[in-house]
Amino acid sequence: MRFGVLRFPGSCDEVDALTACERVADARIIWHGDTDLAGVDAVVVPGGFSYGDYLRVGSIARFAPAMERVLEFAAAGGPVLGICNGFQVLCEAGLLPGALLPNVGLRFLCRQVGIEVADAETEWTRACDRGDVLSIPVKHTTGRWFAPPDLLDAVESNGQVVFRYAEGENPNGSLNDVAGVRNERGNVVGLMPHPEHAVDPLTGSADGLRLFESAVRSLAIA
Amino acid sequence: MIARVLIKPKDGILDPQGKAVERALPTLGVERVSDVRVGRMVELRYEDREELEGLCEKLLVNPLIEDYEIEELG
Repeated sequence: MRFGVLRFPGSCDEVDALTACERVADARIIWHGDTDLAGVDAVVVPGGFSYGDYLRVGSIARFAPAMERVLEFAAAGGPVLGICNGFQVLCEAGLLPGALLPNVGLRFLCRQVGIEVADAETEWTRACDRGDVLSIPVKHTTGRWFAPPDLLDAVESNGQVVFRYAEGENPNGSLNDVAGVRNERGNVVGLMPHPEHAVDPLTGSADGLRLFESAVRSLAIA
Repeated sequence: MIARVLIKPKDGILDPQGKAVERALPTLGVERVSDVRVGRMVELRYEDREELEGLCEKLLVNPLIEDYEIEELG
């Protein structure tokens, strides 16, 4: 099994994401200008500042040639994970519900948070149990997940919230403590915290590895 | 033709940037300014109004969180 990790101009977490993927399977980088995904089995859209975050976070990356292929890949049921800026890109691309707004406190946040697994049935959480609390860092300025009331109701009633910040740990003012969501089908997941930075006990937690293990398990089932 | 696309956070959406500006006003002695909202302005040259509106919906604006208006400068 092979992961593909996208790299945009301005990405900065793609090497950590690649390293995290390589702990559980093969992985390769996919350049944003590539017009095919080189036959990978799962795609990670990593964090960073794609295209300098110009205009609106994630808005320009959405139109990269490789992203057009990711849209097709996701529509065909392929597993796609968006982390931080990657989450913002997937929301802008319409693959995931909602939008990310500046943190309520306007400050850049970099800290370890607990996130509770609200849905352990997705392609990216299968190796977790519902209710597990994972210790994973956040580092962002624009991480306040938002959806207008109708969309929020739909997301909640469809059970599309995959991760919530543990009680009292919502760092950015996200609605309903949402840290990550999925599409209706469950093959596309996005979250603001960085599982790829939590894959070795040396850096404080290896909980993030479970998302990558989940994808491997999902593909083994399929 | 030249136009300005004025983009601002939708009403009701918390705009921490606007709030930060507003909180700075008293230190300047400005007391009669309130409800500050910070948005973006994109100035561009265009030929077709319909194409411009399409561009706004597709790229310049995220309609989930932002409202916009087009100001034609001729």
